[in-house]
Amino acid sequence: MPGTAEAVRGALGLIGAGDPVLAGIVALSLAVSLSAVALAALIGLPLGAAIAVGRFPGRRALIVLLNALMGLPPVVVGLLIYLLLSRAGPLGEMGLLFTPSAMVIAQTVLVLPIIAALCRQAVEDAWVEYEEQLRSLGAEGLRAALTLVWDIRFSLVTAVLAGLGRALAEVGAVMIVGGNIDGVTRVMTTTIALETSKGDLPLALSLGFILIALVVLLNAAAHLIKEAAQRRYG
Amino acid sequence: MAGFASILPLCLRELTFAAGGRAIIRGVSARFDAGPATIILGANGAGKSVLMRLMHGLLAPSSGEVSWNGQGPARARRGQAMVFQRPVMLRRSALANVLYALELAGIHAPQRERQAMDALEEVGLAAVAQRPARVLSGGEQQRLALARAWALHPEVLFLDEPTANLDPGATREIEAVIRAFDASGTKIIMSTHNLGQARRLGDEVLCIHQGRLVERAPVEAFFAKPASAEAAAFIKGESPWA
Repeated sequence: MPGTAEAVRGALGLIGAGDPVLAGIVALSLAVSLSAVALAALIGLPLGAAIAVGRFPGRRALIVLLNALMGLPPVVVGLLIYLLLSRAGPLGEMGLLFTPSAMVIAQTVLVLPIIAALCRQAVEDAWVEYEEQLRSLGAEGLRAALTLVWDIRFSLVTAVLAGLGRALAEVGAVMIVGGNIDGVTRVMTTTIALETSKGDLPLALSLGFILIALVVLLNAAAHLIKEAAQRRYG
Repeated sequence: MAGFASILPLCLRELTFAAGGRAIIRGVSARFDAGPATIILGANGAGKSVLMRLMHGLLAPSSGEVSWNGQGPARARRGQAMVFQRPVMLRRSALANVLYALELAGIHAPQRERQAMDALEEVGLAAVAQRPARVLSGGEQQRLALARAWALHPEVLFLDEPTANLDPGATREIEAVIRAFDASGTKIIMSTHNLGQARRLGDEVLCIHQGRLVERAPVEAFFAKPASAEAAAFIKGESPWA
């Protein structure tokens, strides 16, 4: 086992050299998680807004369920998607298991409740302020929901970022449905888990650095965009 | 408006509204015809705002009925607009806020831009049409709310204490726009607890006290000699110099 200092030196060396294997893993991680978050936002934002504005039986139960689903264990999601996509499963014929597509599906399922639940809360808070005005102008239901989503779009950046953080950081779901195949479905978190157990600490550590740096960078960028937008639009 | 059936008169029959076991409006009956600017006068908590919301259809009455020219409230939606005490603007430009209202009202796209700019011109905001609405001053935002209503060419305009949060300068500008609305033939129904404003803008007064309509009179007669004890007490209370 190499020492910590040696591992850090090795990690920085890998990053500095722009190691192609490392770059491939980082690129796949980003591609999978960003696709999953984009899909989850596309479904989750209108869904959350519709629940916030709508009045229908079972609404409260649905909100409790949605909030509970934010804490879905990734391995359980991975297992469920695995069962769906495995050869004997209902969607087995599509041959998606152990492909990046399967990983996108699993992460979408994982992230969707987070984005929908946070959006629901934000839109409901805004609805208190906007309701009378929008109803007076004749906007109700889905129309009002979409108007609200667009109007608080800068606050919703936070909801989407929470989803992205979750997607980039999880191991369990992508490990199960992706299979951690070298060069095909190996992403940052699964590589870190594997290389640590194999004892290749420099590679594991360098990915750890990159993962943290990416998350910080994305959050900083989103924060700056949000601040600038709020100064501009009030 | 011309060429369409009028939504007036607006008739309230034994209107009541209760919330949380407390009666807020108690048996109000009244008829509103085109023409005179109507002021709904009363102390804070008298039920003015709730009455306006019942008339505009934002609240459903606990009992009683609101009818527009004999029809239910749904048919009269397009002929009305409301300006609230605190305007709610969308995070987009002043012009886009007016366009949004026109789009919801079903105005054809090619017409919207001109109609919206005319309305902004009318309230003196044409120069800031492209500015984000939320960064305008309170008075400008309220004028924008009036422009948004103006663009819709409503037959009836409800105003719920439209100047309660504004300084005297902004209040004068708002009142000028309300007068222009009145002059253009829009029926004004405005709530206020400001006696000076009621005199400046109103033709008739409905005085509300604890959810009841206690008096209705032409504005001159009302201030010269209120018929009800409640109205007299309110006028006295609101005019500390008297």
